[in-house]
Amino acid sequence: MKSVVDGADTRKARWERETLEPTLRKSAERKGPFTTISARPINRLYTSDDVAGIDYGTEVANPGEFPYVRGIHPTGYRGKLWTMRQFAGFGTPEETNQRYKDLIAAGGTGLSVAFDLPTLMGRDPDHPLSLGEVGKCGVSIVSLKDMERLFEGIPLDDPKITTSMTINSPASMIFAMYLVVAEQHGADLKKISGTIQNDILKEFIAQKEYIFPPRQSMRLITDVFAYCAKEVPKWNTISVSGYHIREAGSTSLQELAFTLRDGLEYVQYGVDAGLDVDDFAPRLSFFFNSHSDFFEEIAKYRAARKLWAEAMKSRFGAKNPRSWQLRFHTQTAGVSLTAQQPYNNVVRTALQALAAVLGGTNSLHTNSLDEALALPTRETATIALRTQQIIAHESGVTNVVDPLGGSYFIERLTRDMEEGALDYWDTIDRMGGMVEAIELGYPQKEIAESSYQFQQAVERREKIIVGVNEFVQTDEKPIEILYIDDSAAALQLERLADLKRSRDNDRVRRSLDALQAGAQGTENTMPLLIECVRAYATVGEMCDALREVWGEYEEVPMI
Amino acid sequence: MSPKIRVVIAKPGLDGHDRGAKVIARALRDAGMEVIYTGLRQTPEMIVAAALQEDADFIGLSILSGAHMHICPRVVDLLKAKGLDDVQVVIGGIIPDVDIAKLNAIGIMGIFLPGTPMQHIIDFISSNARARV
Repeated sequence: MKSVVDGADTRKARWERETLEPTLRKSAERKGPFTTISARPINRLYTSDDVAGIDYGTEVANPGEFPYVRGIHPTGYRGKLWTMRQFAGFGTPEETNQRYKDLIAAGGTGLSVAFDLPTLMGRDPDHPLSLGEVGKCGVSIVSLKDMERLFEGIPLDDPKITTSMTINSPASMIFAMYLVVAEQHGADLKKISGTIQNDILKEFIAQKEYIFPPRQSMRLITDVFAYCAKEVPKWNTISVSGYHIREAGSTSLQELAFTLRDGLEYVQYGVDAGLDVDDFAPRLSFFFNSHSDFFEEIAKYRAARKLWAEAMKSRFGAKNPRSWQLRFHTQTAGVSLTAQQPYNNVVRTALQALAAVLGGTNSLHTNSLDEALALPTRETATIALRTQQIIAHESGVTNVVDPLGGSYFIERLTRDMEEGALDYWDTIDRMGGMVEAIELGYPQKEIAESSYQFQQAVERREKIIVGVNEFVQTDEKPIEILYIDDSAAALQLERLADLKRSRDNDRVRRSLDALQAGAQGTENTMPLLIECVRAYATVGEMCDALREVWGEYEEVPMI
Repeated sequence: MSPKIRVVIAKPGLDGHDRGAKVIARALRDAGMEVIYTGLRQTPEMIVAAALQEDADFIGLSILSGAHMHICPRVVDLLKAKGLDDVQVVIGGIIPDVDIAKLNAIGIMGIFLPGTPMQHIIDFISSNARARV
């Protein structure tokens, strides 16, 4: 090995002297800076000496083998394509149900539920803070009745179409509703699969849709781990998310480091709650962003698989290979899309989606061209899905496993991302863990700093955004957008009033009392929540019951 | 030296996406303004109370969720009710074209859509600030 390295080094030195320098004397390079979108400096050229210290057999390995840099499946996408899972939800459950049927008819292979802000924040439509928000950013789900409407005609016992639900603080309440509807559809809970996001740490860090304080929030999550290990063993109990961390302005490295460190925190809390790591770790899944810097993103996914595999083995002594294998969903970067010249967003999304595929994503959402303007129309949502289908069926990239493996640049960048993430982990470990780091505001400050630096680089035009700070067009015609009016809010308010008149309110009261009693002790909250759901308690009522017992989290505003 | 322009930056409603609010708060502060960031989940009543207490010249609202046609008129009405007619409201976020004229009609002239340069917002506030007496 050594002689090859020396040879490569000599070749590069000779190339610099004999080939590069005369060229630079004649014509200088562009001004630069030559950095990734995350401000990471990139060398002019990578050669074999950049990967000389990386042992292929043990540190990269072939696909399906530890530490899974090249993927968790030996056959890559030759076996199974990624799941084409488009995130959707708006207005009433019926409107969203129709959109799902459209997406399935267009060839979508998974569902992904977007809830409105009142649902995400555990508030009923009649709460003052819900004013103007019902059905706007997602679908309004108030009680089991709405969940029944949402999946009407979409059989939940069908293993071909699985559902992912983007819900965090009230994840266990919404999951309880899903389970009851699945039972109504005749599904065997031991066999159904799907995903709940259920990732509260990134809410404190980035998206800020928290309700309860961190430790009580972690309790709800470990309750789901324990419940599913016994009752719903194929369910993905959490989707540990970097997407929102990145959208809030982190770098690619921060997204990688914080997300996986969040994952380790959940495993630690699960182990501390008395669970065997191999009983619940195989059901943990991840969710990453795919931003515009092509190679940095690919390296991020490859590094993520290695970091996770090694940490699960070394930190927790996991023995089941499925505990080592990081499975992830990807969404292209909403924040990278522009309101200006919106058709350009189709191109941005295609490149981002390709990066996710070359990084080995297991599931993918592609954003629509109108992302910066509104929720997608039926037409723009279809183009977004078609983008994935073109990559899958026309580009040829799915014929070979990890096509970029062995690229000097990709392997070097993968290693650099890994080492950078380990440095962040050291810092967080010294603080006592991620919950403690969040309480200190550490990841929040890191992200705020990165987002400000990026914005300043855009202002100085060191970073070019086509159509925004360069190649600007002044004669743009507006495109047609989906405008959500207040009719869904009116209907949901009326339905809430009807529900409170028609249900057995004594049963609701008893189930909420039992929930509070359980929350004060150590009883698993999932069966208690399922009883509340069966009694048609609302999301707001269940969250209020826990607010009374646990209190609410408030962050200290800082800029 | 003229006194600093005072700006209350607020996130109304249930949405927690605070990247825009925080970046603009920092940019205005770096441009020499006095910035008070209220944090998340502010009702119109809380925002107007902050403007009163902080003797604000401007209220900057960051709204991405689509609730702007409920929140903005309420803030403007409450300002009038409190006799704070001289406090100017500006908003940033995702605002459909059809709503811009309606917001202009209630006196909100500074409406900053995605991709607006920070300098443009700084210039708008600086040039529209009224002299303090």
